[in-house]
Amino acid sequence: MGRITLKDVTKSFGETQVIPPLNLEINDGEFVVFVGPSGCGKSTLLRLIAGLEDVTSGSININDMDATNIPPAKRGLAMVFQSYALYPHMSVRKNIGFPLKMAGIEGAQATKKIDEAAKVLNLTDYLDRKPGQLSGGQRQRVAIGRAIVREPDAFLFDEPLSNLDAALRVNMRLEISELHHQLKTTMIYVTHDQVEAMTMADKIVVLRAGNIEQVGSPIELYKNPQNLFVAGFIGSPKMNFINGTSALEYDAHTIGVRPEHLRASKSEGVWKGVVGVSEHLGSDTFLRVNVDGIEDGLVVRAEGDVELYHGDTVYLSPENDSRIYKFDRNGQAI
Amino acid sequence: MAREVSRRRKTVVTIIAWAIGLLIFFPILWTILTSFKTEAEAIADPPSLFFFDWTLENYEVVGERSNYGKFLWNSVILAVGSTIFGLMIAIPSAWSMAFQPGKRTKDVMMWMLSTKMMPAVGVLFPIYILARNTGLFDTHILLIVVLMLMNLPIIIWMLYTYFKEIPVDILEAARMDGASLKSEIIYVLTPMALPGIASTMLLNIILAWNEAFWTLNLTTINAAPLTAFIASYSSPEGLFYAKLSAASTMAIAPILIMGWFSQKQLVRGLTFGAVK
Repeated sequence: MGRITLKDVTKSFGETQVIPPLNLEINDGEFVVFVGPSGCGKSTLLRLIAGLEDVTSGSININDMDATNIPPAKRGLAMVFQSYALYPHMSVRKNIGFPLKMAGIEGAQATKKIDEAAKVLNLTDYLDRKPGQLSGGQRQRVAIGRAIVREPDAFLFDEPLSNLDAALRVNMRLEISELHHQLKTTMIYVTHDQVEAMTMADKIVVLRAGNIEQVGSPIELYKNPQNLFVAGFIGSPKMNFINGTSALEYDAHTIGVRPEHLRASKSEGVWKGVVGVSEHLGSDTFLRVNVDGIEDGLVVRAEGDVELYHGDTVYLSPENDSRIYKFDRNGQAI
Repeated sequence: MAREVSRRRKTVVTIIAWAIGLLIFFPILWTILTSFKTEAEAIADPPSLFFFDWTLENYEVVGERSNYGKFLWNSVILAVGSTIFGLMIAIPSAWSMAFQPGKRTKDVMMWMLSTKMMPAVGVLFPIYILARNTGLFDTHILLIVVLMLMNLPIIIWMLYTYFKEIPVDILEAARMDGASLKSEIIYVLTPMALPGIASTMLLNIILAWNEAFWTLNLTTINAAPLTAFIASYSSPEGLFYAKLSAASTMAIAPILIMGWFSQKQLVRGLTFGAVK
C-alpha cells in the first residue's frame, strides 16, 4: 500500500512561503512525477513527504494515517537522492543492507534480500566494492538497491538521473520504468526534465512557485494544458505563442501552436518568414523561422528531411484549427 | 633554463625550511643534550654542543629522587580522560551545530571561542576556592574536568569544521533508511568523520599533556602529572640544569614519540578542508 494525501500543506522558510496551501492525492501504485523549473518547490514538496522537512501547516497522510509528525525513519518510504548519497565507508553489500540492519534484519535473511536486489540491478559482481570504485550509473543502481530492499510503501526519487550522461540517463529511465512495472509500488519522481516526466509518469504534477498548475496524465497535459505555463512547459520543442492580430482572429489574447502542428511550405501559408536556423536530424527537421510581428519567431518540426536552409523564405500554417490552443488575457486556456 | 631556476628555488626553499625547523627544534635538542652532561658542563661557558663526557648520571638521580612512574600515570589519566570526556560532549555539540544550525549558532560558536581569549589566571581564584571547598583539590576528576573545559571550545570547533565537510544528503539517506539519531551518529557520521575525530583526539591529548597552568596550581601530590615533575626540579636555591633537563626529557619523551608516529594523521587533520 502506498497512498499519500496532502491536505492544505504549506511550507515557509522564515518569512518566505515556498509552498502555498497545496492539496494532492497520490494513489497506490501510481508513478507520479513532480515537474517544474528549478526553484518551483518540487524538491521541497518531496522532502516534506519524506519527512526531511517539517510542514509549516496542513497534514500529510500515508495510507490514511496522519504522518505529519512521524520522523522520516518511520514513514515507510525510501528515497533515492540526486547525489546518490551512498555511505562511502561501506561496501556495496553493506550499503544495500543498511536499511535491513536498521530494521533488525540480519544474517541469512538479509543476505538473501541483498542478493535478490543486486540481481535485479545487475550489481552481483560489485557487491564487495566500495562506492568510490563504481561508475555513476552503478552508484545510482546501488542507491536504488538500497531503496528496494526495504520494500517501502513508496519510493521517492529526487532528480536521480541529473548527474548521469545523456545515454546513461535514457537507459536508467527505462530501468526505473521497468522496476515500477515489476514492483507496482507507488513512486514519486522529481525532475525538471519534461521528457523524463512525459515518458515515465502515470500522472504529472506541474509546479510553479510552489503552486500546482495542473495535474494529469502526460497526454492530458499535452492535449489540454490549462494555462500558458503548462502549455509552454510540456512538449519539446516548446509551444509557439502568438499574440496580436493573429490571436484576435481566434477571439483569444494569445494562441499557441505546437511545432509539430505547423506545416511549412515554400509557396503559401498564413505566416511568411525567413529560416534562421535549420536542424536536420534525418528523421525530423527543426526550423527556427523569423516572422514579422511575432517576437520570438516560430519553431516548426517537419517529418523527414526538408530542403529548407538558413535564409530561405518559408510560409507556415497550422495543420488544422483544432490544434490551436487559445488563452485569455490571464493566460488561462479558453 | 626554467627547470634550473625551479631547481635552485627548490633548494633555497628546502634550506629555509630546514633552518626554521631546526630553530624550532633547537630548544628541545638543547634540553636533551644537556640532560646527558654533568652539572658543571651544563653551565660551562662557552657551552659545548656535542663534545662533552656523555653521562646517564642525571637520569639515575632523577629516577631515584622522584617517582617518575606515578607522574607519568597521572599525565596519561588526565590527557586521555579529558580527551574522552571532551569528545563525548563535543561530538553531539558539533553534530547539532553542523547539521541542525539555528539562528544563533554562529554566535554560540564565537562565544565559545571567546572563552579562550580570557587569561586563565583570571578564573584561578574562583576555581581554586571551588576545588578546595568541594574537596576535589588535587584529584584526577577535578583536573580532567578543568582540562576538558579548557580544550572543549577548540575540539568543538575542529569537529564542527570536519562535520561540515560531510554531505547532509548522506545523513538524510540514513534517516530515510530507518536509522535513529543514535545509529546515524554511530554507523554513518562517526566512521566518515574518523580521520577528523582522530586528529582532534591527538591534538587534545597533546594540549592536555602539555598544560602547565592548571596542573601546577590545582595539584600537590596525588594528581600531579609530569608538568609538576619538571617543576619540582626548578628549585629556588640554584638550578640544577642537567637534572632539570633530564626530567624535562623524560616528561616530553612519551608525547614526542606519540606525535612522531601520528604526524601524518595530525598534519592531515589540521589541514583538512583547507585545500578544496
